[in-house]
Amino acid sequence: MNEQEARQAVRAAINQVAPDVELDGLDEGSRLRQDLELDSLDFLRLVETIDEATGVDIPERDYASVATVKGLIDYVALRG
Amino acid sequence: MGDFRMPSLGADMEHGKMVEWLIKPGDYVHRGDVVAVVDTDKTVMDVETFEEGVVAELLVDVGTTVPIGTPLARITQTPDDGAGQAGGQPAVPPAQAGPEAATAQVPPPVRHLAHQLGVDPSGIRGTGKHGAVTRADVERAAAVQPARPVPEAGPVPKAAPVPEAAPAPAAGPAPRATRVRSSPRARRLADQLGVDIGTVPGTGPDGAVTEADIQRAVQGAGAPASAEGTASAETTAAGATAAEAQPAEEAPPSDAQDRLSSLRRSIGSLMTRSKQSIPHYYVSTTLDLRAAIGWMQQVNEQRPVASRLVPSALLLKATAVAAREIPEVNGFFTDGVFRPSSTVHLGVAVALRHGGLVAPAIHDADTLAVDVLMQKLRDLVGRARAGRLQRAEMADPTITVTNLGDLGVESVYGVIYPPQVAMVGLGKVVEQPWAQDGMLGVRPAVTATLSADHRVSDGLRGARFLARIDELLQKPEEL
Repeated sequence: MNEQEARQAVRAAINQVAPDVELDGLDEGSRLRQDLELDSLDFLRLVETIDEATGVDIPERDYASVATVKGLIDYVALRG
Repeated sequence: MGDFRMPSLGADMEHGKMVEWLIKPGDYVHRGDVVAVVDTDKTVMDVETFEEGVVAELLVDVGTTVPIGTPLARITQTPDDGAGQAGGQPAVPPAQAGPEAATAQVPPPVRHLAHQLGVDPSGIRGTGKHGAVTRADVERAAAVQPARPVPEAGPVPKAAPVPEAAPAPAAGPAPRATRVRSSPRARRLADQLGVDIGTVPGTGPDGAVTEADIQRAVQGAGAPASAEGTASAETTAAGATAAEAQPAEEAPPSDAQDRLSSLRRSIGSLMTRSKQSIPHYYVSTTLDLRAAIGWMQQVNEQRPVASRLVPSALLLKATAVAAREIPEVNGFFTDGVFRPSSTVHLGVAVALRHGGLVAPAIHDADTLAVDVLMQKLRDLVGRARAGRLQRAEMADPTITVTNLGDLGVESVYGVIYPPQVAMVGLGKVVEQPWAQDGMLGVRPAVTATLSADHRVSDGLRGARFLARIDELLQKPEEL
């Protein structure tokens, strides 16, 4: 999956889990927990939504490397 | 016969908006049937009825916002069991049920008209066939008596299939003749505020007049609200205290902004009441999560993301089990008495993404397997955020947990939701240096705090409760 497709999938998933997050002008350096205020259940749903959309299952041990929007996009692009 | 009233869907709720009727006049409803959808400031909820019988009339239109306790629909019982029970109220005093009144026929449409015009049909001499009261009789009676508002909670049986079977209605001209159900505290408050308790519609069990009813009556009448300390501070029923009540709170919310500020006011009002009436004490401890997190990671490794656990599920389960074992933190303090709960309905404080907080309950959390609890947690939080909770979930948590720490703080000192007596705060799960047996290591840990009610327990029991949570978490596979 190229980066643009991964970006689209990640943005769609964020929009689904946290519809209040403004996607226009979203800083991809934003941290999912602290900046977008996703709690652990939101995060789990985000991982689940991405899995359903792209087939990329992010195991728990990799959660630390997908802590930002950009980290998540790169992870999905690499494995999707 | 009984009224279906706007229920209190949480201690901080003051009014609700009728969103949808799921019944119509003529329907037969059973106790427990979901009959309406109500919007509070926090969420939209399905509401069930506690009355059984035939829906006689819907009293509130969709889109209308009314205070809690307001009658929303009249439900009459079937002819067989209707007349004798009359909603569990004491029998009609003989003075009101004279031979003439008992035999006077008042057809339902005429009774409806009488109710609309504020006339007691039992006091009208009928000129119709066999002495039946006619529309003209009612209109004449209305013309000669001074206009008065329709009583909100007048026991007016309507549309009873067999009018003869209905007791002569006592629709209000002599409220003092009927015994008013109320608590001594409510009566004392009524005296202090100069309210005639006989004129106040009751929202408590069997229509009993509660302290909140008295305060609403004061606000509604525009009487000067008493700022007397005892009256405000001792209030335990749902609703703002007299001293806190602002005229603005009466205004129904009209859009998202109003809704949010209304929610903020409700939270502020409830938390003020909590801090004024509950002597909080606080204890905290650090929970060693090495065993719990290790076990959880092992379990999650084998699972698809949809059935993975989060640490909160284990923490909530351990908290629920500990609450069952330490009853002083689990139950309600009302009317000066603590009533421990035999079940643990674990309230989970959920931050709403647009601001505000809602704390619905996971029922019988102490008995649920961790996997089931996890699914219920996901479901509950999802619905809380989508604004679709059920009445029971909002109304009856016996203890509440807030895990604000999920979003980054190390410890949370919560404010107890009255009438509950304890609030557990869970901080962020962090790796900490951990000394044990003379060795220093690193372990995941979380700070757990307990805010508890000193009227019910003391620090020693509170400490025992937190220690028990820690013990339970050391054997996660047994949770």
